[in-house]
Amino acid sequence: MTRLQNKANIPDSDSFYEEFLDLHQGCSRDESDALNVSLILLLANHIGDHEVLREAMQVAAQVVLGSKPEP
Amino acid sequence: MRTFETPLYPYERSPDQDASMPARHPVVVVGAGPAGLAAAIDLARRDIPVVLLDENDRVSYGSRAICFAKRTLEILDRLGCGDEIVDHGVTWSRGKVFFRDRCIYEFDLLAEEGHRRPAFINLQQYRLEELLVGRLRDLQSEGRPVELRGGSRVTKVEPAAASVLLTVETPEGPYRLEAEWVVACDGAGSTVRRELGLEFAGRVFEDNFLIADVTMKADFPTERWFWFDPPFNRGQSALLHKQPEGLWRIDLQLGRGVDREEEQRPENVVPRLRQMLGDDVEFELEWISVYTFQCARIDRFRHGRVLFAGDAAHQVSPFGARGANSGIQDVDNLVWKLERVLRGRSPDSLLDSYDAERVPAADENILNSTRSTDFISPKSETSRLFRDAVLNLAETQPMARPLVNSGRLSLPHVYLDSPLQSPDTDGLPARTRPGSPAVDAPVGDGWLLARLGDRFQLLALGNCAAETGCAGVPAGIRREAPASGSSAALGIDVPDDEPGLEVVSQPAGRHPLLNERYLGDAPGALYLLRPDQHVAARFTDYDPERIADAFRRARARETDDP
Repeated sequence: MTRLQNKANIPDSDSFYEEFLDLHQGCSRDESDALNVSLILLLANHIGDHEVLREAMQVAAQVVLGSKPEP
Repeated sequence: MRTFETPLYPYERSPDQDASMPARHPVVVVGAGPAGLAAAIDLARRDIPVVLLDENDRVSYGSRAICFAKRTLEILDRLGCGDEIVDHGVTWSRGKVFFRDRCIYEFDLLAEEGHRRPAFINLQQYRLEELLVGRLRDLQSEGRPVELRGGSRVTKVEPAAASVLLTVETPEGPYRLEAEWVVACDGAGSTVRRELGLEFAGRVFEDNFLIADVTMKADFPTERWFWFDPPFNRGQSALLHKQPEGLWRIDLQLGRGVDREEEQRPENVVPRLRQMLGDDVEFELEWISVYTFQCARIDRFRHGRVLFAGDAAHQVSPFGARGANSGIQDVDNLVWKLERVLRGRSPDSLLDSYDAERVPAADENILNSTRSTDFISPKSETSRLFRDAVLNLAETQPMARPLVNSGRLSLPHVYLDSPLQSPDTDGLPARTRPGSPAVDAPVGDGWLLARLGDRFQLLALGNCAAETGCAGVPAGIRREAPASGSSAALGIDVPDDEPGLEVVSQPAGRHPLLNERYLGDAPGALYLLRPDQHVAARFTDYDPERIADAFRRARARETDDP
């Protein structure tokens, strides 16, 4: 049973998306990378559920790489 | 002359060298490092004759292992030298983590209360070995059957049907020995391993590390400092660790493809240390060396009558202090089994459990030390990006601090899948489940672990203490000796030479930490403990059939028929 929320879950999602992009305004590629990675770490800690995080990793790998990562 | 330059057990001619046939010994231990010395001491304490061969005549050279973890100290207590070793060591609880040019956080390791021994001590390996040699000498003067032969290098290992032939090179030429069992503790470059043609498979790390021991001329805080990417060692790491006797250990990561000779020259080392310690700190260099490491192990630690332990069996990265600690834990696991097999109390399949238990322990150590290495020395752009993000966040966000990995404290392996373990009983605390080493706790004016070890014991707690102490003895169980104090001796019908099962009992209510660690919410429990203080089985009621069954399994016996 999947536990990762894959239905839309953010109210006013356009505004969230805009804020997300604004965060990267004027950033170099390195700065953007560092921002993204820091966000991943903060959000992953907030979720705190290894199963959910693993599922998210698998979904991302499926979408981006077309495969599930090796366990 | 420094300790590690002083001959401590010079070569002496042995009568074995003049024997017409190779002299036969029950156990020959090869290599007098921490694992080999601990093995010889434990065997001698059990009155198993043991010859310990070392190619050298002194403790190990220079600055090597420095951190000895609680479980190791508890094993050294069992071997009878815990106090001396802990008294010589230093401990610390405060540390600082630096990233680039700033301290990102400080920490204080608040050790859990209610343990005789601290989470670890720092002590030079050569000092530990010197104290172990002292313990071995004491055992010799008590008449225990142990010999330490210096200047004796094993050059050839020939397994035969019921023994192993060893060729030993000495300053007076070679001689041969016949060993019923060989314990190979001859280190990462093990001759015994090479002689048996065993592959040492794993991952070689190409980073060079420089070790410097320095003496500070003035007070310096007793703290562990770790630097990631510091200004004095760009792109690399550095570690400052306290040792006893005013010594400080510094590990500087040098990276790949460096000129090792050049890096070790004091004129290159001193300016870096000055930058690291501050201009106003005066220090003197005691030792410099450069090392690389690998994370590797042999496939099995038992090869017939040859048993591998310590670095000869497995090598880890230095992060997390898992080398010497795991070597001592290997022989803690091995020696009681070897004694039982030599005395005919267990079949030699008991020694297969050494392999089944210590191979996963080595894998756990390799996994942990590899993770630390990958954090300290990221191998890709992405891993560096994550590593640096963790360090940046750690300055203000406590959530990131557990991800900072500059070495995880060595914890003992839990033998969860061991063939010697019996299924667990529900409702008891997880930390003392079968496979775990017994957890210490204060009892009366002493410590639980001081009452455990060396033989099979039944720890009877809470209302089970009363049951085993007073209840009628059920069929299949015979009580061997009358109760004395809180401890009664109780045995199961076993061959006459079996020492049986000693009962150590602690009635309910008196020791809250003991109850918390062993009972949880249960009113009573019985723990079957092995001679190495690991839990083999536990029960919440007194069922002699199940206890007898678990006891048999823990001794690798099919039946108890003689």
